[in-house]
Amino acid sequence: MEVTVNTAGQLRITEEEFELIKQKLKRTPNFNELCAFSGMWSEHCSYKNSIKWLKTLPREGGRMLVKAGEENAGLMDIGDGYGVVFKIESHNHPSAIEPFQGAATGVGGIHRDIFTMGARPIASLNSLRFGKLEEAKTRHLLAGVVHGIGHYGNCFGVPTVGGEIYFEERYHTNPLVNAMSVGILKEGETVSATAKGIGNPVFFVGSATGKDGIGGASFASADITEESAEDLPAVQVGDPFQEKKLLEACLEVLYTKAVVGMQDMGAAGIICSTAEMSAKGNVGMRIDLDKVPTRQKNMKTWELLLSESQERMLMVVEKGKESEVLRIFEKWDLPCSEIGEVTDDGLLKFYMHGELEAEIPAHELVLGGGAPQYEREYREPSYLKKVKSFDPSTVEVPDNLREVAEKLASQPNIASKRWIFTQYDSMVGTGNVSTNDPSDAAVVVAKPTEKGLALTTDCNSRYVFADPYIGAMIAVSEAARNIVCSGGQPLGITNCLNFGNPYDPEVYYQFVQAIKGMGEACRKFETPVTGGNVSFYNQNPDGAVYPTPTIGMVGLLENVNDKMTMSFRNVGDIIFLIGKSSDDINSSEYLQKVKGVEFSPPPQFDLNTEYEMQQVLLKLIKGGLLESAHDVSEGGLFITLLESSFKNNLGFDAVASDYNIRKDAFWFGEAQSRVVVSVKKENAGAFKKALGSHPYEELGTVTAGSIEVDGQEWGDVSSWKNRYNTAIEKLLGGANN
Amino acid sequence: MKFGIVVFPGSNCDRDMQEALQNDLNQEVIMLWHKDKDISMFNTNDCIVLPGGFSYGDYLRCGAIARFSPMMQSVIGFAQKGGKVLGVCNGFQILCEAHLLPGVLMRNVNQQFLCKNVYLKGVGSDSPLMIPIAHGEGRFFANDDVLDELESGGQVIYKYCDKDGNITKESNHNGATRNIAGICNKNRNVFGMMPHPERACSEALGNTDGRVILKALLFSGAAERSAVAQAVV
Repeated sequence: MEVTVNTAGQLRITEEEFELIKQKLKRTPNFNELCAFSGMWSEHCSYKNSIKWLKTLPREGGRMLVKAGEENAGLMDIGDGYGVVFKIESHNHPSAIEPFQGAATGVGGIHRDIFTMGARPIASLNSLRFGKLEEAKTRHLLAGVVHGIGHYGNCFGVPTVGGEIYFEERYHTNPLVNAMSVGILKEGETVSATAKGIGNPVFFVGSATGKDGIGGASFASADITEESAEDLPAVQVGDPFQEKKLLEACLEVLYTKAVVGMQDMGAAGIICSTAEMSAKGNVGMRIDLDKVPTRQKNMKTWELLLSESQERMLMVVEKGKESEVLRIFEKWDLPCSEIGEVTDDGLLKFYMHGELEAEIPAHELVLGGGAPQYEREYREPSYLKKVKSFDPSTVEVPDNLREVAEKLASQPNIASKRWIFTQYDSMVGTGNVSTNDPSDAAVVVAKPTEKGLALTTDCNSRYVFADPYIGAMIAVSEAARNIVCSGGQPLGITNCLNFGNPYDPEVYYQFVQAIKGMGEACRKFETPVTGGNVSFYNQNPDGAVYPTPTIGMVGLLENVNDKMTMSFRNVGDIIFLIGKSSDDINSSEYLQKVKGVEFSPPPQFDLNTEYEMQQVLLKLIKGGLLESAHDVSEGGLFITLLESSFKNNLGFDAVASDYNIRKDAFWFGEAQSRVVVSVKKENAGAFKKALGSHPYEELGTVTAGSIEVDGQEWGDVSSWKNRYNTAIEKLLGGANN
Repeated sequence: MKFGIVVFPGSNCDRDMQEALQNDLNQEVIMLWHKDKDISMFNTNDCIVLPGGFSYGDYLRCGAIARFSPMMQSVIGFAQKGGKVLGVCNGFQILCEAHLLPGVLMRNVNQQFLCKNVYLKGVGSDSPLMIPIAHGEGRFFANDDVLDELESGGQVIYKYCDKDGNITKESNHNGATRNIAGICNKNRNVFGMMPHPERACSEALGNTDGRVILKALLFSGAAERSAVAQAVV
């Protein structure tokens, strides 16, 4: 078949890119080669519209053991000879069309990125966005995604320990499904995704290849339209049992030291793993595609190159040690075939039954090599005028604050997510120490050490929408705050950058500003960006999603028993607010969901204030002066106090400490850099002294269960808990007990 | 006394059980691969544990394939000779499929996987024990004759209850008949339970109720005690 610019167009390759490919090859590519470029130069694999800005982020330093982008996931030193490996990735487009498989394979894919480096995954988290829960479509997507995440993670045997979920109209057509995996490895046992050693055999291990997920990478690089359902074969199908065996077999084979390099097959399947491993090692590969185990007969070259069948790995093995590898995969009943060898010419040569079907220089396909890099234009979005013109004095302070509080406590963005998290196995591995006493971040034991890892995913995209620069700084700050509230020292982040169409200058403005804000905050907290994922095209004919640069952060506790938790402990303890109350209702859940105001600036935030607050808080925790710590976020101070009350069935008697502040702002405003702590009476003096000049306010005391606000009785903790716990279930039709 | 833990390819609670027995209860543990058959290192004073997980993926019925594995043939023989066998979660499902225990484990009544702390009443403790569950197919079912026999013979070792020990409908999270969470055979050497005692054995996790269960079932004569026969209220 003759390859023309039209063929290229059908494969989502632009005219300019087609010309570029011809220049690079010094000839017109054949169809197989064009398919290879289509997968590799897709936004998903090449980062062509984002890499220029990603490079401005702090991508080394701290405890990082590999630079961002060098391996499949970030790797940081935790001491005692162990490292933590972590990464977050999106599976938005598949989940929009087939929520169960889309989410399941998202989980499977991110775990493979972790164990391909030689680490055993010990925890997973997720960050989800849907439309309004009142919509039937949302309930369908939510049920499917939660089932998919649970199905894969539960069987694979890694606990889902944390996450976040928001329901906003802007995600109605484009839900976001971001999955994060965290693993532990012993220093010196890391495996690189590099092909080395001319003549070394190349092995294909794991599941047989089928026609599923063909073109997945380029499908994820386009807007979602009514016709997207026709892309169903672009959605992959997952098998967690296969992945569990693959994990055990890969870790076992790594101990034999027979493996030179390994990379999982995710987006763009075989072509991506062969190209990236070869390019990184400055070598080439000769691959006999007919030796790849297949599920279907008569698979064509381009199908084999692009298939995104799950649970597969490419492995370069030291020549002479093939039998050890074969023995272990046989033990685990997994296909394992030698499909080619490492060559010295830098060329990827794919053969079918001895016929050369494609020949491409490996480096021309990859990011940092021949893949194009674009600078896109951007301009300030027009909606920001509406944001800036918001005048809070037009919002009346409600007479009945209790009624507002009740509405907030049952907002899906605030209420308990137990309908969701009880469907995930959160305890397998017996390392999740947050099960029986939660903290703002999930705390897990980094076995076999006694250290703890504090893990969190955060992004309030409403703030990012209101001001992408400040909003992204807040996302990083909130993640760090959650880790510090748990007693951890923030180490580093992984990011999942979910935005609309990068060719829309207003969308691209959001992206650029968010990157700038994120970079600034990461430099302040000394938390480098270890890696992550960009997901553009979260857009449909009605518009883009809220800009959602999700932050996955990892923090370290030198001893897991040093964790701080979020719940009040003793009746009579004094409740303090660290930080300062602010006359601010901007971008709050209250303003948007109760008052119906869509456009307002982000809540008050100052990066230096935030940083200093976190330093002070960590000092207080280490000094043993706090009984609990919980940060003020969605729903404001009242919701924070309430959430600290639930676990031990205690209450609070709190009075607004500043009468110059409007009451709705005091109780429901979301000004940043504030944390509610409880302190034993006898420690109050030492507590104030340790705070030094950092501002604080005394709010009241912990009660035996009554909720009292500004001297008014607001009922008992049990009725609030019931409201908070059942709100989402009620909206879903009461499916769970 | 020593312990063997069978590792199926999809077992994922095998290491948790190993850590609980080795680190929290100071026991000797040997891991047993599903393709092997040799259990000559064990005598009938020892105990073999079938851990939680998804044995062979469980795409058919949970535990339906595992019962045919080579190691299970040895375990069945071991149980028939009087050796102690404990199945937790998937292990319980396998014991039922292998007919070492009566009944079946069906899909949870709400059709969802469920992971949470629940309370149990039964051997080893007069007060309710808090133990995690994590299963999609844990609704114990058997016909009335079998259930009556289990109850009258003291073979029901654990029932789901509330935190005050009341055996109620609300505390029966998966909808099991008569709130049954765990049973044993007539000879009281084969035990199966859906909840995970191994997930509640370490101080760091803030819950050590699981030790009470493992000790009661595996070390002491407490397992001989008549089990809860209280009716569902």
